[in-house]
Amino acid sequence: MNKRTVYLDNNATTPLHPRVKERIKQNLDTYGNASSFHFLGRTARREVETARREVAAFINAVPEEITFVGSGSEANNTVLNIFSSCCNVFQGCDLKKTEILVSTIEHPCILEAANCLQKKGVSVKYINVDKTGRLDLNNLEQKLSPQTGLVSVMMANNEIGTIQDIKAIAAIAHRQGARMHTDAVQALGKIPVDVDELGVDFLSLSAHKVYGPKGVGVLYTRKGTPFCPFIRGGHQEQGKRAGTENTLGIIGLGEAVMALKDDMESDCRKYHSLRAKLKQGITEKIPDIQFNGHQEYSLPGTLNVSFRGAEGESILLYLDLEGIAASTGSACASGSLDPSHVLLAAGIGVEYAHGSIRFSIGRENTEADIDYVLEKLPPVITRIRDMSTAY
Amino acid sequence: MTAFSWAYSDKVREHFTNPRNVLQKDEDFKEDGKGLVGNVKCGDEMLMLIKVDKDTQTISDARWQTYGCASAIASTSVLSEMIKGMPLDKAFTLGPKEIVKQLDELPDHKIHCSVLGDKALRTAINDYYKRNNLTDRIREEKAKTVCKCMQVTDHEIENAVLEGARTYAQLQEYTKLGTVCGQCKDEAAVLLEQYKKKHFGK
Repeated sequence: MNKRTVYLDNNATTPLHPRVKERIKQNLDTYGNASSFHFLGRTARREVETARREVAAFINAVPEEITFVGSGSEANNTVLNIFSSCCNVFQGCDLKKTEILVSTIEHPCILEAANCLQKKGVSVKYINVDKTGRLDLNNLEQKLSPQTGLVSVMMANNEIGTIQDIKAIAAIAHRQGARMHTDAVQALGKIPVDVDELGVDFLSLSAHKVYGPKGVGVLYTRKGTPFCPFIRGGHQEQGKRAGTENTLGIIGLGEAVMALKDDMESDCRKYHSLRAKLKQGITEKIPDIQFNGHQEYSLPGTLNVSFRGAEGESILLYLDLEGIAASTGSACASGSLDPSHVLLAAGIGVEYAHGSIRFSIGRENTEADIDYVLEKLPPVITRIRDMSTAY
Repeated sequence: MTAFSWAYSDKVREHFTNPRNVLQKDEDFKEDGKGLVGNVKCGDEMLMLIKVDKDTQTISDARWQTYGCASAIASTSVLSEMIKGMPLDKAFTLGPKEIVKQLDELPDHKIHCSVLGDKALRTAINDYYKRNNLTDRIREEKAKTVCKCMQVTDHEIENAVLEGARTYAQLQEYTKLGTVCGQCKDEAAVLLEQYKKKHFGK
């Protein structure tokens, strides 16, 4: 089928960068275990350490602060696990710290890990966000206490693209003696990520959101920060994460980061302009809509829009039939009964949450892609609204 | 590139892309009975309008609108075709299982959407009886409270099954029933099996 396809779901995952593909291909026979002392092991080790240096340099860290893990979710779970009541670090090093704070719009891997900690006896408090998804700093100050061991707030939200002032949040957390973690999975490659500038103690990244392979994540841990491995049983990654290193994946990530170093500025300019074009086109062509998220503090390529009276999964599947891939915050598409927790936390009405579509632009998108969406989307919305009891 | 595989069966896709009997916004469809169920907040709302042949007591025509996902649209569309020419008595007994069968299956967690179609239809049929002073034929669905502590009815148990509860523990998760005194456990377990058989029994 020679159908046009337009991929606008780059916050979900991204295609491999051609440079990454090439680099992985060249290393398909780098099969040595990076922990082995022989020449094959040493070759793998060299590649892994090169990637570590690249990643460290890109976020202004030192290589020893970089731990390769299996995913962004693993990185996030690892951080929360450090602050669980069963890990000595929490009660040992950080005496009397019995509490963690997370925002209400975190990724489920943070929220569910926090929920699990709560069952183990850790007090978990949730920090509110405003209508645009920005963290309420007063609410943070109110909820912080000398018992708070960790504050975890994502740098940019995957659904609505809202960017947080992590620097300010980290400063507030540190004033109360809490450690600061940020999930920067969506931020990487779209806005500058500099661990010193942000002042964070932990930071999570994922390779497949930046044109690298799936199955590789990064946990940055500032030197001297208490740590407790989530996966035990090996000396790999300086004892911070057991398991033979995913050599090919890590090499791919290293190359993806090097490509970001070269392309990020021009890519982001393009994301900005394509997003503006899409937003303007939708505004002009479709009535009764609402853009979700912050219109200034937003990832350059993320546009979340709600269509009144039209249900998100229907929109998504009609677009799918036209070859357009996007995402929705509707409950129907998730298999649960509740629409996006992010939109609800931001106080977006349930009706609007059910009718929300996220377009996320990536490096392969063109003006013609946006034109195609602007041609196909309006009749889809009209069609659904014509069938709807709610329009 | 090969053809796209699709999220649902071909039949669902066919009804989703070519829905039958949709009530047009400017259409003057003089219905004999009207049923509106669900609500937008829950993510699904369905309107069913029927015309009834009074001599034969059969449904002669139907129109619908729905706010909902692809399976909600497809299931209402297919239902509107199924009921044309159907006696009211028989139409009243239609359940999600019959609708799903016509669609060549739906994922389990999607079945709560199609349940709305038959509910809307029963509401429309009762509405027809009301309008025509046939009140003795109205069959209201009265819910029975099973768990007295948490006020959970048999309807809620049925919905939980439709939404995916398959074990007693899952049923508790969905409805919170039996989480206080626990006296309703046996009755709830029987209903669970009954509804599983009703909706998912082959």
